[in-house]
Amino acid sequence: MSAPLLQIARLTKSFGTNQVLKSVDLDVAAGEVVTVIGPSGGGKTTLLRCVNFLEEYDGGSIKIDGREVGFVDNAGGKRRGEVDLAAMRAETGMVFQSFNLFPHLTAEQNVMLGLRQVRKKPLKEAQDIARHWLDRVGLSDKTKSLPSELSGGQQQRVGIARAVAMDPKILLLDEITSALDPELVNEVLDVVRQLASDGMTMLIVTHEIAFARDASHRIIFMADGSVSAHGSPDELMEQVATNERLRNFLARFSASAH
Amino acid sequence: MGYQLSFNQIWRNFDKLIDGVILSLELAVVAILIGALIGLVLAVIYVSSRWVVRALISTYVEFIRNVPLLLLVYLVFYGLPTVLPIAYDAVTSFIATLALYAGAYLVEVFRSGLDAVPKGLLDAGKAMGLTPWQRLVHVRLPTMTRITLPALSNTFISLFKDTSIASVIAVPELAWGAQWINNRTFRIVEVYAVTTLIYLVVGYAILFGLRALERHFRVER
Amino acid sequence: MQQLIDAIVYAIPYLMGGFGTTLLVSLIVVVLSLIAGVLMGVGLIYGPWPLRWAVRLLTDCIRGIPILVLIFAVYYGLPPLGLNLSSFWAAVLALTLFKTAQVVEYVRGAVSSIPRGQMEAAKSIGLIFSQRLRYVIFPQAIRRFLPPWLNGVTDAVKGSALVSLLGVIDLMQAINQVIGRTYEPMPLYLLGALIYFAINYTLSSMSKVLEKRYAFIKE
Repeated sequence: MSAPLLQIARLTKSFGTNQVLKSVDLDVAAGEVVTVIGPSGGGKTTLLRCVNFLEEYDGGSIKIDGREVGFVDNAGGKRRGEVDLAAMRAETGMVFQSFNLFPHLTAEQNVMLGLRQVRKKPLKEAQDIARHWLDRVGLSDKTKSLPSELSGGQQQRVGIARAVAMDPKILLLDEITSALDPELVNEVLDVVRQLASDGMTMLIVTHEIAFARDASHRIIFMADGSVSAHGSPDELMEQVATNERLRNFLARFSASAH
Repeated sequence: MGYQLSFNQIWRNFDKLIDGVILSLELAVVAILIGALIGLVLAVIYVSSRWVVRALISTYVEFIRNVPLLLLVYLVFYGLPTVLPIAYDAVTSFIATLALYAGAYLVEVFRSGLDAVPKGLLDAGKAMGLTPWQRLVHVRLPTMTRITLPALSNTFISLFKDTSIASVIAVPELAWGAQWINNRTFRIVEVYAVTTLIYLVVGYAILFGLRALERHFRVER
Repeated sequence: MQQLIDAIVYAIPYLMGGFGTTLLVSLIVVVLSLIAGVLMGVGLIYGPWPLRWAVRLLTDCIRGIPILVLIFAVYYGLPPLGLNLSSFWAAVLALTLFKTAQVVEYVRGAVSSIPRGQMEAAKSIGLIFSQRLRYVIFPQAIRRFLPPWLNGVTDAVKGSALVSLLGVIDLMQAINQVIGRTYEPMPLYLLGALIYFAINYTLSSMSKVLEKRYAFIKE
């Protein structure tokens, strides 16, 4: 059995005096969909942002395919250089809560930017790949639209296409539906479900508990900077009886579902 | 370089600068008070009028904003007395000019301030049964004041700097004082160094003072 | 009435000469301040901290004093320091300093108003720093910069009227000179006001058009 694609070990991160991540361990195997749930401030988003080094972690290690993300292997704490870091980031894809589409570029150009400048693909090939992915997320008729002309759900789907078109090893989804109107959430989740069934490796932070239960191989429950419970969706439900924090957290969601 | 710095003559004539900066401040204060009155009245009229009145007010605003203050000062001081049966001294003339100048800018400030009052507050006022006039006085104006305080402070600081234009019609404010000392002592570098410092110090003092005032008002919310 | 028309007709050639000088001064100031301001603005945002500190200090000082004082300070203050400029160039220098400080502020405002998420998204697809600037930041910054900058050009035009105080024969000084000869202040002041108004109103209208055109960048 091969090593997990993503290996997070003893990860710590503080913002000033506030320790947000307290020795987190997490592995994600290739093709696995792992969802992280938990209360706000629990460290979920920080964890995700450490994986592509948008946040610089203080201690522990994050390895993708055996290579340390932010620091040079075997050089004892030496931070990776600009170019190196960019190359590492090209191997991960991130989709953001606030979409972060480039407003001056069309949907197509948004997806193509990374393909042209990072993957160095020729124009025609980049265009084909971009159109292919925009088609896969259901936006083949919006390729020439600017983000300002798209709804929230459409923008987020472009964001997904932009990340996936780079052919990343792992996709990082940071509460991608939290900023959407309720009726637009499903169109985005459907795309994610599709990608999951196609075998995309994903680390997802979300508040959509039902989605987490249906679409993940494993769920991680994080609170106060550490992993409080983890397992397959069924295993996690069994832990509700013994894990008070988990119980309280989930109770909030079933209460509001009524 | 061949130029020996000597500040003695500056200190000896320092009263010219002190009297000057006091006058500058006075001019700015009067101008912003009158200007705020003009601006407020016109802004209220503007938001509740048809396009004819709005066009008239806009003409006034755009005219003042696009013409150099220097020209306006000359126009009011030298020009008006030749066509209108009025006579005034330089200070009065400058105050009138600066007030009209301030008024034009403040109409914009107050107008957008009034627009920025959340509709929800007005609805609450209507629901309580307040008349339009009551809504204006008790809801719109107080809310607008808090919103426009930063723009008002910036305008005041600008006006303080604009009082330097009064020197061209021999109003003895700060810039005039600096020129006076310069003409008599030829200590140019020293005079302008000190004058610059005074403008900066007073300017920042006003800025911090008004910021403190803003914070005080914000807490009340 | 005939006297009035005669005065204006007499004035036109002089005013046109002055108008030309006003346009020339404004143009030089705008171009020089744009170059200097953008360079300093970029230094302010991305430079090492001593540079940032220096630019901050310089622009705050310049913007804290009236243009009139700045013009006189430059005009009277340079000769003792060994630099002898004509009134025209002293005025241009002073106005350029003033506008440069403004441009630096526009640049700073334009770049800092770009949401942080843009840089993050650019990083996440693997772009390096120079690519992030070129493909993501700059295109957005320039669209945020142009409308207020174009509007600010009116300050250069209005400020140019102060060069008349140094004896430079711009539109303002031409007006003063003609009034000195014809003794008809009001029609000439109004005519001058109209000319300044025409230039500046056009500029600020163009700025508003640009603002609307680029509104999509702020969604």
